[in-house]
Parts: sequence; C-alpha cells; structure tokens
Amino acid sequence: MNNFKVLMNGIIKENPTFVLLLGMCPTLGTTSSAFNGMSMGLATTAVLVFSNLIISLIKNLIPDMVRIPSFIVVIASLVTILQMVLQAYVPAVYASLGLFIPLIVVNCIILGRAEAFAAKNGPVPSIFDGLGMGLGFTLGLTLLGATREFLGTGKIFDFAIFPEDYGMLLFVLAPGAFIALGYLIAIVNKIKKA
Amino acid sequence: MANKLIVSLSPHVHSGDSVQKNMYGVILALVPALLVSLCVFGMGAAIVMATSVAACVLFEWAITKYILKREKCTVCDGSAILTGLLLAFNLPSNLPLWIIIIGALVAIGVGKMTFGGLGCNPFNPALVGRIFLLISFPVQMTTWPVPGQLTSYVDAETMATPLSIMSRAIKSGDSTILNELPSSLDMFLGQSAGCLGEVSALALLLGLAWMLYKKIITWHIPVSILATVFVLGGIMHLANPVYANPVDQLLTGGLMLGAIYMATDYVTSPMNHKGQLIYGVCIGVLTIVIRSFGAYPEGMSFAIFIMNAFTPLINTYCKPKRFGEVAK
Amino acid sequence: MKKLESTLPNMAIVLTVISVLAGGILAYVNSVTQGPIEAIKKQTLDDGIKAVLNAEDLKVEEPDTLESRDIIYATDKGTAVQASSNGFGGTLKVLVGFDGEGNITGYQVLEHAETPGLGAKAGEWFQATGKGNIIGKNPGEKELTVSKDGGDVDAITASTITSRAFLVAVNNAYKAFKGGATDGNSGATTQAAPAEEAAPADSVAVETTNE
Repeated sequence: MNNFKVLMNGIIKENPTFVLLLGMCPTLGTTSSAFNGMSMGLATTAVLVFSNLIISLIKNLIPDMVRIPSFIVVIASLVTILQMVLQAYVPAVYASLGLFIPLIVVNCIILGRAEAFAAKNGPVPSIFDGLGMGLGFTLGLTLLGATREFLGTGKIFDFAIFPEDYGMLLFVLAPGAFIALGYLIAIVNKIKKA
Repeated sequence: MANKLIVSLSPHVHSGDSVQKNMYGVILALVPALLVSLCVFGMGAAIVMATSVAACVLFEWAITKYILKREKCTVCDGSAILTGLLLAFNLPSNLPLWIIIIGALVAIGVGKMTFGGLGCNPFNPALVGRIFLLISFPVQMTTWPVPGQLTSYVDAETMATPLSIMSRAIKSGDSTILNELPSSLDMFLGQSAGCLGEVSALALLLGLAWMLYKKIITWHIPVSILATVFVLGGIMHLANPVYANPVDQLLTGGLMLGAIYMATDYVTSPMNHKGQLIYGVCIGVLTIVIRSFGAYPEGMSFAIFIMNAFTPLINTYCKPKRFGEVAK
Repeated sequence: MKKLESTLPNMAIVLTVISVLAGGILAYVNSVTQGPIEAIKKQTLDDGIKAVLNAEDLKVEEPDTLESRDIIYATDKGTAVQASSNGFGGTLKVLVGFDGEGNITGYQVLEHAETPGLGAKAGEWFQATGKGNIIGKNPGEKELTVSKDGGDVDAITASTITSRAFLVAVNNAYKAFKGGATDGNSGATTQAAPAEEAAPADSVAVETTNE
C-alpha cells in the first residue's frame, strides 16, 4: 500500500466519522459551529500524526504486555502539550474547545490507529495514516459543524446566509447533533453506494 | 430457538378492523375539539390546521414516492392526516406558516418516514414535530393568543397560559399567584389560552367517549394517566399549596389531549393492558415531575416522548400471549 | 531490531523510562508556556476591565476578593466587580463596571452555560445597543429586575430565567461594590440599605481623587 493510498483511506474509505463511527464524543460535543468542528479536527490531527510517528518509532522497544499503558502515556503527554500550546498561543480556540481538549486522550481514533496501524508499520506510512485519519475526522467534524451552524443559526463559518431568527435552535443543541449526524451518515452511505 | 424469534409487529388492530378505519375513527373523535378550537381561535386555528394537514400529506406522498420509491400509496390510510391534525392541535393558533411547514416536515420526515413509515416509528410523529418546534422556536411556540379573536392570525394579542401561571407560582413560592388562574369551568369549556386542540377538556372527553364506544382504544392508557396525575397532583397540593390543585392540573395544558390522543397511538404504546397501565402511570408521574420541577411549564409531551422510548422495554416485560399457547 | 520481550524487568524499565521522559518533556513545555498563559489571562482581564469602564488607560489596584467570592478591581477611573449567580444552565459570571456614583458603565459576561441562541444572548442584550439596556442605570436607586417582576429591564425573549439570573449577578456586583467601598468604615458585611446612604460620600471622595 503506498502512502497516498494510506492517506486517502483515512479520508474517504475508512472515514472515522462517517464509516468507522469512532470518536463520537467530540464529534457530537464540539460541532456547534463549523469553526469549532474544524478546530477540534485539526487539534486531533496534530495529536494523531505525532502519536503515530512516536509509537511507530518506539514500537520495538515496548514489550507487548505493557503496550497499552505506554501508548496512553505517549498520547496523554501529547495532548497535554497541545493543550498548553493552544492556551498560550491561540486562546480563542482554547476558549471554544475548552473541556474537549483533554478528552482527545480518550478519543478511540488515536489509540485505535496506534494499535491497528502505527504498532505494525514504519514511521513514514504511520505519519500518512495519522494525517489521513485526522483529515478525515476534520472533514467529518467540519461538515457536521457547518450543517448544524447553518440550520441552527443561518450562518456558515460566521458568514450569514439567512437571518438568525429563522434558525432552528435544536440543531445548535445536543439533540440536533445526533439528528444531523444520522442524516449525514445516511447521505454519505447513499452517495457511496451510487 | 426458532420460535423465540417470532415478534409481532405493530400497529395492533385492537378491534379487528383495518388501519384505515381506525385512523378515520380517531380523526372523527377529534371533530368536537376541532369545532371548539374554531370557535375559540377562529381564523388562526383554521389556517394552522389546514396548513399542517396539507403539509403532512404532501410530505408523506413526496417522501414515499421520490425518496423511498415505493409503489404503494400510504397517504390514503389517513395516518398523515391524523398526524397533521394532532400536530396542529399542539401548536398555538398564531404560529407563522413556515414554522408549521417545518414542523410537518420533521413530524413526517424525521419522526416517521426515516424509520420506514407507519408502524416502524418509535415515537409519535406529531409529538416529534411538536417537540422539535418547541425547542427550536421557543419564542413563537410559547406566545399564546387570547381566546375569542376570531379574525386575527399572526397579529393576535397574546397572554399567559394557565400553565405558565402555575409554574410562576412554584418558582416564586407564592400560592396567591394561583388566584390568577381562570376558573375550572372556563378551562373545562375552552375559554383559556393554549394550543389549538388542548383548550377544551369537554370536547376531548367527548372524543374519548366516542373512541371507547367504538372500541378504537381501551380505557387503560388515558385513565391511568389521568388518575396518576390527579392523585400525585393532589398529594403535592396538600403538601404545599404552591402546587396547583389536582383538578386544575387535569384541565390545563396538553394533558387531556396527550392522554387521550397522543399517548394512545397504537404504534408507540405497549401492546397489552398490563404494559399500558405501567406506561400510563409513568407518563402521569413524569408529567407532574416536569411540570413541578422542570424548566418547561408543560411536561406532557416530554413525558409521552420518554415513555415512547421505553415502550419496547415494557413490551419485553409484558409479553402478549402467543396465539395458541396453552394456559398454565 | 527484535521486539523486546515481556519480562518483568523489561516492562518495568520501559514504563519507567517512558514516564520519566514524558514527565520531563511536559515540565519543559510547561515552563515555556507558563509565561504566555499568565500574560494572556492578565491581558484578558485588563481588557475586560477597560471595556466595562470605558477607559483606555487606567491603573488597577490589587484585587479584593470578598467572602462571596466576588472580586473587586478598584481603579482610578471607577470600579469593576466580578460577581456571579445561578443561571439557567450553570454559573453565570459577569464583570460589571461602576463609576463613582454607582452607575453601570458597562458589563461583560465572563462565563456562562446558557442556551445558545436564547440565554447566551445576554452578552449583547443588556448593552447600550441592546433591547434590555442597563448601561447608565444605578442599582442603588432601584434594584434591577425584569419587567415581568415589576422592574424596568426588558428580559431576553423566551429567557426570563437567564435574564433574572443576570440581573441578580449585576445587583450582587453592586452590593459587593458598595460593601467594598464602605469597607474601611463599617465592615464588609454592610447590606444594601446602609450602603445607599453612604453613596454620596463615596462619590465625593472619588471625584476629589480624580482632580
């Protein structure tokens, strides 16, 4: 499998949001607007690329029986670094994602890719896998965020399309996330079958 | 093993006749309430009902034909008309057209056709529409026209509903606020603010009597809901007079409408009588709890919605006897 | 390279090394980012105080935290008070600016958990350009309440609970402001009524210091 294929696999064929249905907590929790969804996706991508890289580099040094705790320590450290960096240099993103940044640690995509890909492949394909999965996740979250923001407030990326008074508030709230995600998955399935 | 997998599908035709006949039976039972709402809210009521029914039927037809691509026409079974009518009964009479149309799309599209149409929907479609609108457009959905303005529509003057008076009394802990409530007789006949179909308890009870007589529904669900609300409301009222008296609890808001028409939906209520009683009691308790301690003044629709979700569980607990099973 | 075997010493060593390395890296990143994080927090606070007091440059004195956890930031151009109350979805924290007479010069919602599109509008609704303008009002003359409760502030449409909570927070801020101002004479526990009597004296004091 060449690197380009690995990259596209994450974005389309095994899209974490629409196909694997992984990482549902940030997917539903942070997508109240397209910008929030995209920020969360990119933050996760950053962690995913580095965790895949580090784990593929040290995979032979880690005895099998302690691989999960080792992976978790690596991932948790990366997330903490990310949190501190965001807080220090992009406070706006930190303010809007808040609670969800520490939760990247328990995002199943990251541990899942570490287990399923990085622990079995070399550093270069692992970077591409992390990038592909991350971008696929970002794509899913941005799409969901844009849908919810559009239906809920009439805007996409804060750009007004119809007046806010006509927005359906439900889509900004949690139940709207479930409904919008369900229909997006249905549409993606329909397109993939055709 | 094999015979453990046999499940029976709803709707369960209690009286042995067709879906169609039952649906039109329920619609007929709604006529008294419909007439009362026309007398009380006039043109607004007529516009809301006509739009809602027309939009529901149109969406049902379009989704069946163009998205599901089914040959069979399901519009004629009357379920879309009933959904449209029940949705309209749950809306204030000054609601703008576009909101009603969104409500109809959500009721039919999200609430019913997504799950595969009539019989497959876990929630009452009209309730899905109403709750969607209530959460999405809280401003428009909670301004109620004063009864008696027969010729006005969106420009009608508005007032507080008995329920919001009740919730204000609870929030402030001042039971004298309850004196602002209209008299029980007014609420019984329909001279108070509220959604289209819920204002007159009398008309709704007439409908109940007709449906019981025609054996369209059994007494279990409505009676267990109303009795639970009465008893629990009575206890709360005796314990602390800021909670309204049980008769007012019964007469206000969508309680009658919900208990008689929404909770008894064949598809989304339990199959046998024992299950129906559990279901009814739980709805009653939830309604009182939400009304007394929740953020929204009305809890009926949420209570039914929550219990709809529990219906499969109740059905598992109270399995109907398999046909031909030997009694133990 | 061959994979390390799962023997007890191997596992212990690997886990220890990884943890120590991770700890070291985190400590380093923390030391690098600590400065900027502190600076940003201070900057946000300063900007907030400037915004609610409508002043470009001002000197903020040492903040004074009251028992109620309200924080008073006295400055040479007026006083900013951080106060809170229970909103619809959780704690509602506001920063309110008062001039010497106790008139509201501005406010900012610092923290809230209100419903988006409804209660979350509190950030704009009560500003001078919003429908429920409270800028320029003095909670000492008449406690701020929503019109539904007999007051003269228009509540946010369909969000009476949030509006009430917001005004409670503002009134709390005023009480803290008054309590803090009379601290030297009668103690911090001064309630609203005596504080009102003390108002003229305070305003004179502030005016003289401005000159």
